[in-house]
Amino acid sequence: MSYTVRVVLPAHLRALAKVHGDVSVEVAGVVTQRTVLDALETDFPVLVGTIRDRTTAQRRAFVRFFACAEDLSHEGPDTPLPEQVASGHEPFLVVGAMAGG
Amino acid sequence: MSFSVNREGIHAMGGTRVLVGTRKGAFILTSDEERATWEVDGPLFPGWEIYHLKASPIDPDRIYLSQTSGWFGQVIQRSDDGGKSWEAVGNDFSYDGVPGEHQWYDGTLRPWAFTRVWHLEPSLHDAETVYAGVEDAALFKSTDGGLHWAELSGLRQHETGPQWQPGAGGMCLHTILEHPTDPGLLYVAISAAGAFRTSDGGLTWQPINKGLRSGEIPDQDSEVGHCVHNLDLHPSRPDVLYMQKHWDVMRSKDAGETWQEVSGNLPTDFGFAITVHAHEPETVYVVPITSDSLHFPPDGKLRVYRSRTGGDDWEALTQGLPQENCYVNVLRDAMAIDQHPSCGVYFGTSGGQVYASRDSGDSWAAIVRDLPAVLSVEVQTLR
Repeated sequence: MSYTVRVVLPAHLRALAKVHGDVSVEVAGVVTQRTVLDALETDFPVLVGTIRDRTTAQRRAFVRFFACAEDLSHEGPDTPLPEQVASGHEPFLVVGAMAGG
Repeated sequence: MSFSVNREGIHAMGGTRVLVGTRKGAFILTSDEERATWEVDGPLFPGWEIYHLKASPIDPDRIYLSQTSGWFGQVIQRSDDGGKSWEAVGNDFSYDGVPGEHQWYDGTLRPWAFTRVWHLEPSLHDAETVYAGVEDAALFKSTDGGLHWAELSGLRQHETGPQWQPGAGGMCLHTILEHPTDPGLLYVAISAAGAFRTSDGGLTWQPINKGLRSGEIPDQDSEVGHCVHNLDLHPSRPDVLYMQKHWDVMRSKDAGETWQEVSGNLPTDFGFAITVHAHEPETVYVVPITSDSLHFPPDGKLRVYRSRTGGDDWEALTQGLPQENCYVNVLRDAMAIDQHPSCGVYFGTSGGQVYASRDSGDSWAAIVRDLPAVLSVEVQTLR
């Protein structure tokens, strides 16, 4: 089974990927952080290493993952994402952590 | 390209392109050979830290750029049309093998971890070859225009590697110099490990720090541990090296085998950048900074110092530079020269000014004044 997942990227990564607005990726099988990011990086190789470490696949320290008004950053990478994300009704948000002062 | 007519007929006029990396994007400043008026293009990659951008000396349309972010990591961009358009190339800077450990600030050991590319050095000898100096300190090489990178791991795996430690800015490899005629001979500098030389293209390395004196380490004769800030050489005398160290301006006449202090009459010998004149191999420029805890010019006066004797005797160059209430810094990669007959000298500041001299430093004017803090300045002389 394949799912179309909407991904919202932060502005810097949209510019890097040369896209505007949401990105849709096709995910085969279970929709998880890992499978969504795998699909995203396949479609946009320039994003490899910008969201998660290219060697360890760990989320970069100042990146967060949100969906359905929940912070999913500390969920396991293979934990299924909410059904609303898999169904395309809600996006998967990649967020740059707030910084400044 | 513009053209002028003189008594000898029609001649193509050279151009000048200044490549500026800042905390919030890159800027490209262009002028003709007169360098009187400038166009400012940018910011490119706004919001990203652009540690360095530099053009190939073989193909002036090819420019490499280090785009980095605490949030999103490292990207390398390449332009093949002089900066009009850019494409991301390879950003896999994986260390060769198990990285091992180095000294941390508190004296404990810490694993080598890649953070960013500080410096990109397109080769003098091959248009597709480019070197990258990274934090934590290591040297990478690409032979396909930046698409793929391989570590020259003989440097990081030198027996002194576990003794290397970071300077305040991180443990960065920030300076890469190629010998002008021998592609196998390279010099690099690391804060705070010191200077190193290879004569076999990067397979094996030798620390070249004899004669350096660093009050920040207990053993003055230590092979490593010296905070070298910048190196430069003139291609006509590649065995003569100039160094701005944390403290002290140094010169070597034997390819780094030994060093002598040439700080002479400088008001302070702390600083970051050092540059050699395009046509006069004994003319050297530094920007003295008050101290390691006061990163601004002495007395609030922004002064470039020039020696025409390879050091020791220095003259202050002040015309056109602020001589009161100036408290900016000039970083190690933020000074450069052009190759025009009247050698131009350029530097950028932490206050966002880029100053240029068209007359080897005798007089200065700001090309642009209000950029983000400048991290690097490189200059292309276009024929």
